[in-house]
Amino acid sequence: MNLQNIISEIEKVDPEVYDRLDTRRKAMKKFANLSGKVALASLPIAFGSMLNTAYGKTSSVTDLVTDTLNFALTLEYLEAAFYNKIAGSAGYLTASAADQTALTKIKNDENAHVAFLKGALGAAAVASPTFDLTGGKGSGTGPFAGYLASYAVQLAMAQTFEDTGVRAYKGQAPNLQSSRPYLTAALEIHSVEARHASHIRQMRRALDAAIPAGQKPLKPWITLNYSGIDYPPAQANINLSFAGEEVTTQATVNIIGIGGNSFITDKAASESFDEPLTKAQVLTIVDPFIV
Amino acid sequence: MQTTKTSDDQIALNEERIIQPFSRRRFLGYVGATSALLATAASCKKDPIVNNTGVDLGSGDVGILNYAYALEQLEAAFYTQVVLTPYSGISALETEYMTDIRNHEVAHREFFKAAITAAAPSSIIPGLEVNFSSIDFTSRTSVLATAKAFEDLGVTAYNGAGQLISTTGNGPTYLTLAGKIVSVEARHAALIADLIAPGTFAATVDANALDSARTPAQVLAIAGTYIKTQINASNLPS
Repeated sequence: MNLQNIISEIEKVDPEVYDRLDTRRKAMKKFANLSGKVALASLPIAFGSMLNTAYGKTSSVTDLVTDTLNFALTLEYLEAAFYNKIAGSAGYLTASAADQTALTKIKNDENAHVAFLKGALGAAAVASPTFDLTGGKGSGTGPFAGYLASYAVQLAMAQTFEDTGVRAYKGQAPNLQSSRPYLTAALEIHSVEARHASHIRQMRRALDAAIPAGQKPLKPWITLNYSGIDYPPAQANINLSFAGEEVTTQATVNIIGIGGNSFITDKAASESFDEPLTKAQVLTIVDPFIV
Repeated sequence: MQTTKTSDDQIALNEERIIQPFSRRRFLGYVGATSALLATAASCKKDPIVNNTGVDLGSGDVGILNYAYALEQLEAAFYTQVVLTPYSGISALETEYMTDIRNHEVAHREFFKAAITAAAPSSIIPGLEVNFSSIDFTSRTSVLATAKAFEDLGVTAYNGAGQLISTTGNGPTYLTLAGKIVSVEARHAALIADLIAPGTFAATVDANALDSARTPAQVLAIAGTYIKTQINASNLPS
């Protein structure tokens, strides 16, 4: 897409386009800032919000889309805050060099997601909540207190956040259908969260800590409603992130043994499909971490 | 869209529609639907040839389901072969993972077959004939490189197809179903990348840490190497 050509085309049918943009200096400034740091992939969104601002109220960015993107942004704030916080902590420093590199990569990705969504939302972006990563709603003494000293707990938290993120984005996709660029961008984040989850799960399997004996081996995909996490202080809350993943019927089609393939067991059937979470379910899960 | 049109004609037609100057009033009307404008603008670049002969994927949501069914057929056939004739030196862990992925891909394939048969029995595409002559199934390097290509292709295909699904009727349900599958493909993609080079689970993302998306034409141009059956994607939504 050639942005300059598009603006030129607009100018042909609306000679005042530059005036419109200029008189909305905020819009222009926002766009100029964005284009400096955001790669081409996000330009349709940035350009879209610029136009919406310039042309006033006939916005294609509906309240539903804005709310949904802000919900996504809030989850990204949480993930970014978590990875930023554990970096260099005592527990983290016990990890192998390869694991630390992977966590740095994921940290950078989550911070990039924050920047991307903030850029897309512009002035409509919500501010970051204050987080209590101990899960204590501000007390600092929640069930994950001590996570900074324990690498196993950090990875358990990371897996929970990533798997929850995948399910959260999935649940919101229909709410973004009115805006094709935003829907596509959200899907492009969704699959990255799944990549993260896959790798964190491999790291946890290799570390072999805090995995319930009956749920081994831990896979890169979600088996039944197994969390793959043994952490009694917060077990009930962790389990919420995996509840519902055990379904083996999709759109009324029973997946177990489908097509006469007996190797598709209940475990395989559940692994083959990740399940969405509603916004309310996700908010219940993250609530303890938000002050 | 007439299936008799040549692809060049079709591309020319699309470009004409985009380039044709529109009235100011029409433009101002458009801005209310910025996303539609941008989607059009984003599609300006020429897509690879879309074949207008061969197995017709069809139109609308069923066309998208057939498109996904075609890709899952390809993946399932590939992993079925990998499990049947493991590459030399395959580890126990790799065998476990290849078997799991085979199970998932067969489940996806059979799911689409059942779902399309239920929704539109006269529109389902037949089983496709694959062409794996370029793959050396005895070689870990060849198998994993192909697996990575297929998984990354699947992720970009589903990411690109989401916006082509209708917003009404069963559309949102189909979108969610596609979402349920694409994240599993992404889990596979990350694992395979890690098997090839540890730590490369998300090496393909862009500067915003986003995965990418491909149009059906782009996807089928790549997948075509491995599918012998000619596929006509020209009636898919765009």
